Amino acid sequence: MGVVIVFPSEVVVDLSRFQFALTALYHFIFVPLTLGLSFLLGIMETIYFLTKKPIWQKMVKYWGILFGINFAMGVSTGITMEFQFGTNWAYYSQYVGDIFGAPLAIEGLMAFFLEATFVGIFFFGWDRMSRGAHLTVTWLLAIGTNLSALWILVANGWMQNPVGSHFNFNTMRMEVSDFAAVILNPVAQAKYVHTVSAGYVTGAMFICAISAFFLLRNRNIAFAKRSLKVAAAFGLLVSIAVVILGDESGYEAGQAQKMKLAAIEAMWDTEPAPAAFTVFGFPDQKNEITRAAIQVPYLLGLIATRSVTEPVPGIHNLVIDNEQRIKNGIVAYGALQRLQQNGDDVAAKTILDQHEKDLGYALLLKRYTPTVTDANAAQIHAAAEDTVPKVAPLFWSFRIMVACGLFFILLFALCFYWGAKDKLIEKRWFLRTLFYSLPLPWVAIELGWYVAESGRQPWVIDGVLPTYLGTSSLTSSDLWISLGGFILLYTGLAVVELFLMVKYIKLGPEGTVN
Amino acid sequence: MFDYESMRIIWWLLLGVLLTGFAIMDGFDLGVALLLPFVARKDIERRVVINTVGPVWEGNQVWIILGAGAIFAAWPIIYAVSFSGFYLAMLIVLLGFILRPVGFKYRSKMPSTRWRSNWDKILFIAGLLPSLIFGVALGNVLQGVPFFFDDSLRVFYTGTLWGLLNPFALLCGLVSVCMLAMHGASFLATKTEGIVRQRAIQYGRIAAILMLVLFMLAGVWVAKGLNGFVVDSIVDHAGPSNPLHKAVSMMSGGWMTNYHLNPLLWIAPLLVVVAVIGQLLCLGRGQSKWGFVFSSLAIVGVISTFGLSLFPFLLPSSSHPSMSLLVWDASSSLLTLRIMLVCTVIFMPIILLYTSWVYRVMRGRVTADSIESDSQNKY
Repeated sequence: MGVVIVFPSEVVVDLSRFQFALTALYHFIFVPLTLGLSFLLGIMETIYFLTKKPIWQKMVKYWGILFGINFAMGVSTGITMEFQFGTNWAYYSQYVGDIFGAPLAIEGLMAFFLEATFVGIFFFGWDRMSRGAHLTVTWLLAIGTNLSALWILVANGWMQNPVGSHFNFNTMRMEVSDFAAVILNPVAQAKYVHTVSAGYVTGAMFICAISAFFLLRNRNIAFAKRSLKVAAAFGLLVSIAVVILGDESGYEAGQAQKMKLAAIEAMWDTEPAPAAFTVFGFPDQKNEITRAAIQVPYLLGLIATRSVTEPVPGIHNLVIDNEQRIKNGIVAYGALQRLQQNGDDVAAKTILDQHEKDLGYALLLKRYTPTVTDANAAQIHAAAEDTVPKVAPLFWSFRIMVACGLFFILLFALCFYWGAKDKLIEKRWFLRTLFYSLPLPWVAIELGWYVAESGRQPWVIDGVLPTYLGTSSLTSSDLWISLGGFILLYTGLAVVELFLMVKYIKLGPEGTVN
Repeated sequence: MFDYESMRIIWWLLLGVLLTGFAIMDGFDLGVALLLPFVARKDIERRVVINTVGPVWEGNQVWIILGAGAIFAAWPIIYAVSFSGFYLAMLIVLLGFILRPVGFKYRSKMPSTRWRSNWDKILFIAGLLPSLIFGVALGNVLQGVPFFFDDSLRVFYTGTLWGLLNPFALLCGLVSVCMLAMHGASFLATKTEGIVRQRAIQYGRIAAILMLVLFMLAGVWVAKGLNGFVVDSIVDHAGPSNPLHKAVSMMSGGWMTNYHLNPLLWIAPLLVVVAVIGQLLCLGRGQSKWGFVFSSLAIVGVISTFGLSLFPFLLPSSSHPSMSLLVWDASSSLLTLRIMLVCTVIFMPIILLYTSWVYRVMRGRVTADSIESDSQNKY
């Protein structure tokens, strides 16, 4: 065609990534609270249904108001995400839409309709239906929110571990070959349970912290005590679950994404099995060492491989492996070019089939030479070095997340214990600790997403499509306009949301629910 | 199950169903939002208007999310080209969809008059922008938009935001605004009483008449002046989804080809005329429910007219016509289309079932008394 291939400039790639990260992390401020509170509302309303005590209905209504303020923001910022694959990641959408689009559409059919249809009558339907019908509505709302998390994590799990698909040279894209494998992807399943339980922890923490605030002010004692009991019991269960399931998620990552695991652990070289776990240290990526490291022997080997004999591969060795995969990828890419000239070239098709799993590695070279097949040894080496994500931020984010997770178990355990003995109101220091721990679930969750997504770099689809190729062909001024717009709009909305949240918390159930 | 060609036609139809579903269900929310400052002047009137859609707008908004998701899943190239090509226009639509939920939800959370009147303005804008831009976008699709692919199927779009705002596209944008205003007014006529209802009927009539006139004007423009597109080569209807293997040319009045070949298709534009007249008659005679039905039928007519004129085109390229996207070369793989069809067949009836249950629970008119007696739980 004689069309000049112009790659999206580095600025466009960086701004697109920054905008996606910003809008996704912002969206995920609201999602976990929706996940957790919807479930807790279901539990409280079930108790109301069984005991018929009005205070439980009051609890559902009051926490429901705060849930509603949060829910609207989740809806608003969620639409951005659905649009953004197309607006900012057009080549990504074209390249993997055949697989990635399906879970998103199913999410709409199966989950969003459910949660969005029932959230309306959760608020408006109290006087228009029986208690049993309203209870059903609340649970359908909770199920809907949880199902939506399932489908988006099936989509995200496929980005981490792209199973059940193949490359079609006729359409120049990835296509689905086994949809069951995409759904049952172990990485997706592990991520799903880990993520929703993190949401439950957030919901439990939210109710505990605000109830602690009421107790500290000696307001709504009966209301706050009951809320604390439910939330602490639930919180204790789910905070244990989130750590165990996080370990499962780490194990699956160790199987599917060895480089991500090595980067999180700052494992520069493969160690004899079972590898030691570095609790603390300062990773130095340039010199490939971790300074001032404190290590626990055997622990990493046990977590990552669940064996004492299997070694955990280090970054250095994985780069060497990837260099070989790039070389294989060049062969696949050469065969693909022949097939584009002549689709009936059987020899080329055979070569492509043999090396298809490394085709993505050849695309890493596009940054150095658009032709790919003419890459020299230095370029191949540079592309292989690119497969290492930024180690230090991953190392630290992961450790802070885990520390938060362990802290939550302690917090909920104490809260549950003193709550059961009815001694919470005397433990002022503990109530204050509870209140000031309110932001911590969000810290843990946002860092968790950072680890998951940054640890996958330089890939947008692990081993299949490099991130920098996924963007749309936009100009940097398009990006500056949209990014500026998002920052202004989202800041404004955050101010309004926080203002309303604080106002309705201060008003308390006595000032809002009759 | 169905072969690739049939699956593509089924998904072309389903695309129409989803767009129509969006325009009917979320359309009245948009219409109500953009009519808000006109049909309701006092605070309690505005609360009545907002509470007519209060319990249902969230569910309705899912139609746009599902629509985008279904385009992504079934027509990934269309999703990629249209969303990135119309970049700034899409962001304006997005602005509307971001502001609307918080507008509905937060407006009545504070007693301050300034707070509320600011949110009312925001709601008006959030209703107007998407209504206008969707019409403008469809107007541009009819003219073709400038894009091409390289040999790895990366899309390059060479137009600008200002290029989208051309006279024909703006005319289509106005058709869309009037159509949704008519639809919102028809909905309000069924859900309100007294002065608000009277005003809704009044504005509904004006919008319906304007919409019909502008729709016919756009039709004449398409028939007489506008360049349509025609496929010049034989395209394998079951071939791989790759838009680089065909020849297409532009031709004045080209969008009339399907109507010449099959005069039965005139039913679609005629439906618009009949339905709008029906809406006008019912609205005047107190038959609000039928007015809403006719208004919905008018929407069905408009979207069918659009789709049938374009077929088999989905998104023509004005700069590189032979790279236009057709029903035959822009779909997902056969397996994905089949999986998505199974999911749709299972879930769509369930969705319609529980949605209609919700409307039944919330039936009846919204009155000022019902809001004042339960002020905390109402918007």
